[in-house]
Amino acid sequence: MSSEREIVFRLNGREERASVSPRLHLVDFLRTRFQLASPRVGCEHGVCGACTLRVDGAIVRGCLFLAVQADGKDVETLEGVTASGELRDLQDAFVERNAVQCGFCTPGMLITAAELMRDDKVHDRATIRDHLSGNICRCTGYEAIVDAIESVMVQRGNRRAS
Amino acid sequence: MSVAEAPDSGYVGRSVPRPQARRLVEGQAQYVDDILLPRMVHAVFLRSPHAHARITSINVARAEEMPGVIRVFTGRDFAEVKTFAGVLAHFQGMKSAQQPCLAIDRVCWCGEPVAVVVAETRHQAEDALDMIEVSYEELPVVVDIESALDPATPVIHPDIGDNMCFERELDAGDFEAALARADHVIERTFRFPRHTGVCLEGRSVIGDWHSAERRMTVYISHQAPNMVQDCYADLLGLPESAVRVICKDVGGSYGIKTHVYGDELATCALSMMLGRPVKFVADRLESFISDIHSRDHRVKATLAVTNDGKILALGFEDRLAVGPYSVYPRGSAVEGNQICNISGQWYTLEAYRARIETVFTNMGPYSNYRAVGHPVSVGFVEGMVDAAARTIGMDPVEIRRRNLIPDDAFPHKALSGPLFEVMSHHRCMDEITRLMDYKGLRAQQAALREKGVYRGIGFASMIEITNPSAMFYGVGGIRVSAQDGCSVKMEPGGSIVVLHGCGEQGQGTETIYAQIAADALGVPMETVRLVTGDTEVTPYGGGTWASRGAGVGGEATWQAARALRENILALAAMITQSQPDELDIVGGIVVDRTTGEERISLAECGRIAYFRPDTLDNFQPELMVTRHFVPKQFPFCFTNGVLACHLEVDIDTGLIRPLKFWCVEDCGTVLNPQLVDEQIRGGIAHGLGPTLYEQCLYDERGQLMNGSLVDYLVPTTGEMPDTVVGHIATPTQESEIGAKGAGEAGTAGTPGAVMNALNDALAPFEAELTDMPFTPEKVLQALGRA
Amino acid sequence: MKSAAFDYAKPASVAEALALKRDHGGSARFLAGGQSLLPAMNMRLDKPDLLIDLNALAELDGIGDAGGTIRIGALTRTAELGRSEVIARRLPLLGRCVEHIAHPAIRSMGTFGGSLALADPAAEWPAACLALDASMIVAASQGERTIPARDFFRGLYTTALDEDELLVRIDLPAQAENARSVVLELARRRGDFAIAGVAAQAAPTNDGRLSDVRIAFFGIAEHPVRLADVEQAIESGGTDGVDAARAALEAGVEFTSDLYHAAATKRHLAGVLLGRAVAELLNDEA
Repeated sequence: MSSEREIVFRLNGREERASVSPRLHLVDFLRTRFQLASPRVGCEHGVCGACTLRVDGAIVRGCLFLAVQADGKDVETLEGVTASGELRDLQDAFVERNAVQCGFCTPGMLITAAELMRDDKVHDRATIRDHLSGNICRCTGYEAIVDAIESVMVQRGNRRAS
Repeated sequence: MSVAEAPDSGYVGRSVPRPQARRLVEGQAQYVDDILLPRMVHAVFLRSPHAHARITSINVARAEEMPGVIRVFTGRDFAEVKTFAGVLAHFQGMKSAQQPCLAIDRVCWCGEPVAVVVAETRHQAEDALDMIEVSYEELPVVVDIESALDPATPVIHPDIGDNMCFERELDAGDFEAALARADHVIERTFRFPRHTGVCLEGRSVIGDWHSAERRMTVYISHQAPNMVQDCYADLLGLPESAVRVICKDVGGSYGIKTHVYGDELATCALSMMLGRPVKFVADRLESFISDIHSRDHRVKATLAVTNDGKILALGFEDRLAVGPYSVYPRGSAVEGNQICNISGQWYTLEAYRARIETVFTNMGPYSNYRAVGHPVSVGFVEGMVDAAARTIGMDPVEIRRRNLIPDDAFPHKALSGPLFEVMSHHRCMDEITRLMDYKGLRAQQAALREKGVYRGIGFASMIEITNPSAMFYGVGGIRVSAQDGCSVKMEPGGSIVVLHGCGEQGQGTETIYAQIAADALGVPMETVRLVTGDTEVTPYGGGTWASRGAGVGGEATWQAARALRENILALAAMITQSQPDELDIVGGIVVDRTTGEERISLAECGRIAYFRPDTLDNFQPELMVTRHFVPKQFPFCFTNGVLACHLEVDIDTGLIRPLKFWCVEDCGTVLNPQLVDEQIRGGIAHGLGPTLYEQCLYDERGQLMNGSLVDYLVPTTGEMPDTVVGHIATPTQESEIGAKGAGEAGTAGTPGAVMNALNDALAPFEAELTDMPFTPEKVLQALGRA
Repeated sequence: MKSAAFDYAKPASVAEALALKRDHGGSARFLAGGQSLLPAMNMRLDKPDLLIDLNALAELDGIGDAGGTIRIGALTRTAELGRSEVIARRLPLLGRCVEHIAHPAIRSMGTFGGSLALADPAAEWPAACLALDASMIVAASQGERTIPARDFFRGLYTTALDEDELLVRIDLPAQAENARSVVLELARRRGDFAIAGVAAQAAPTNDGRLSDVRIAFFGIAEHPVRLADVEQAIESGGTDGVDAARAALEAGVEFTSDLYHAAATKRHLAGVLLGRAVAELLNDEA
């Protein structure tokens, strides 16, 4: 059980195999083994949210999830979500509303926001703020981010209504 | 033509989205840690666990035997690297000891690098770090701001005499006479906590030394590439032409990344010693103990006021506690100096007396961070103004209206010395009170108080130093450029490349340069591409600090693009056998100026200029133009604004909930309203943090007690309310674009506005707080409840 | 900072997990949600030789309704407790805790049992279990035992768990039909650990009083606190009993300090929360 472990998992829709050291957390693993840069290392103690990604559809802190734990799981990063087009409207809104400055928190913000938007409701700003409160942004003061998310919730709601 | 006269169809003045944001929202940004070079190895630093100690021995033998370790280095291994200290020659009496890139024999702060492991992976380097054996003999520490200069307090660097880094006094007008004439002399003491920038991306660098070419390429997360080039060349003993600095995406900077850090410099030296690319990325824990901190002031202030609200005089003594060395190259004394220069200078004072003392301590390094000095100046002065208003029973807006420099009184020579070109305090106050429905808010406040709900409204009027000239650093012998260069090139297909010495870290600098260039040339913005952050290819520039990117860098862009336009028109006139002044460029096409009829496309101009110049007789097209710009008439471009805060205090728990902010800022020409607004909103978060939440807490041994994101509290979405932003535009005449800086207002005004709102909310209890951050405990103590 | 190296085992049964723990003792850690353990390891504050990953043990996961008793597997995630209809209906006090616990991404992984076994004094789950008279079912190689919540939390990050024991399940009596619950917490930022918090439940009586009062405090002492004198004062006096209850609280608790708040501040805040909790329990509109 010592040293490297074999894992098989889905990464952005493709099955992958890898041999991993148990101590490697999922972010370092994805960054170094697959050159996926979107999960960012911001604190490595689970506070900043820059490494937020999806495992089996749920958002998790990539720095508090071991690569060995990904065995048998379905892992999604912003690269995969971008390719699928799932968040195209939200990504557009982030650009349009300038909800991104340095961009370091942005992948985590988008992945976290997407979870709230999954229920197709138009949440109020307080709920949006609450949901994002585990993702630190040091550039924007957050308002543009909340604006962008809110605007896409309304757009999606309008599209469903029409 | 100036930008203000550009046609409405132009880009300047519109909220054009940032084209660069697309790669950021798709996860394709490239920060230093994303860069992978062949043969690259990783450096991890062992940092001192003591604030002040003698190093009696270091044993790296066991560490060097660890798997993956290339070598372990200590301070003495860097003998070839010069020591450094940021001492500004025009700051009379300023001093500092010389700092080595890694400690030698003695450590002076908890977090100072002592040794460095280079290994194949970061994990391996960290494993080896645990095996380095260092013996220390602890020395007495200086951490208390009040006793730092006492004779009984040890001197950190005996060879410089005492613990004073820089002191300055300023006395203008007859202070004593003003006090004697006043109806009230208000006295208060304020505390502004030590805090830090918390860039989400830690400081990061790759040194890549090519021994055959004797050339160093530095990939670095930094705001000032040319400064890094100049400093590193000097400190590493290389000609400046041998150092190329590349800054790609930067994950937050806020002034934290304008300095030379020993560990980053050492990383480049390691590359020279090992002949391999070496990467260093500061993790979160070491960022807290090695990034620069700022603020940490104790201000004792005096304000003389008459019963009818006339402020006669302002006096103060400010002591601020910096680290053990003056940070290189900008120093640790600009904060205090700015406070001397600007405090209260937005009012028509009769007398002004200032004294600042910048003292060395064994706490972490300290230097310039967003809005240098401003949050302290604005904070304590605006706190004093509100205290005066409460004393004489006057509305806080009214007392400001009676004392702010009249809008028609410019240019105005401040009592502290500087000349202010043009400001708009009263129009800003009119606009903010309109935006917030001040009267309505006061009525709501009174009604809620009846129900036991305590809300407060607070204002902070302010000025900000932006667009600095060479008077900022250059005159003090500090080789930080005040000028910016821009090259604009038309390519054969008619597209435009802008190469600029000033880059960006997310502010939108590149976008406004593209807007300016597109308008100046008359081309679609989509055809303009920006190149920044590479000293090898861009003109020399200062980078982003002191809100200079738009006003200084933007003007260089305007001048270069206008000059290129002239050259294109000359070429087009040659080809079309007309006169340049008969032509114009609209939408990327050369047209007849009067009829608007198309004459020739830029692509056709490019084709002929580059591939068929033989058809142009002796005419030589110049389709790449470089222009430089630096402000010369005014040492600094002072902007002004006002910020207001509305908050609610739970008087039983002491918890404060910010409800809303308003800010009206005059940054001259507003080049891109959305980008300016977001600078202000982001700045407010940096102002709110240390007012309510953030503080670097040191114990008596000089240990940072809250150096993680668990314990050091930066504002989240849950704490930051929405902000309404308004603009008054009085362009500076110093440049054609007329833009002043906009990056400081939010940070500068927020602490004062929040403090005033808090004390307004607590006014029924006659409770008043001046000791930031305002924790629930302090609020309860002020209310006599805990 | 990166974790030091360790071995990793992912047992397929509780028995296997317990045997590993028995064999490795204090140098092994059980990995449940990992939301507290992995940060400590990333900071190299904790350097175990072996991680025993419990996440394959389906027998530890899930929420069961056994009539009057709700059984919660120790590996049940915080997010699952927040989504559970059983919890919302039968143990609303637990449901009310969820929104106070950290942030969504942490709640995806963090487990009920992990939080209880860690016994952070400022955490919600230990206080809620104390208030609800939960029974902790713990297993070791030699068998299972049940520890009442009131005997489980011993001190700062200290529980009654022996080194080779594993918390496998928590049994909680379902809330009475007419009972009301409230969870209040004071934090400077959204999602932070509480400066002071209270988890309370009571049943209103026909004459406008409260019966079966349970009030547990967190964030104020080395472990969650529940005092009979406090609860009795509220049962006998309702709102009028708050002053007596506060006095009992102040007399009965050894208040601690944290980085930003002195013990005296926590004492004051606990008293404020007590009053607010009682007012909410008595509020028929709520």
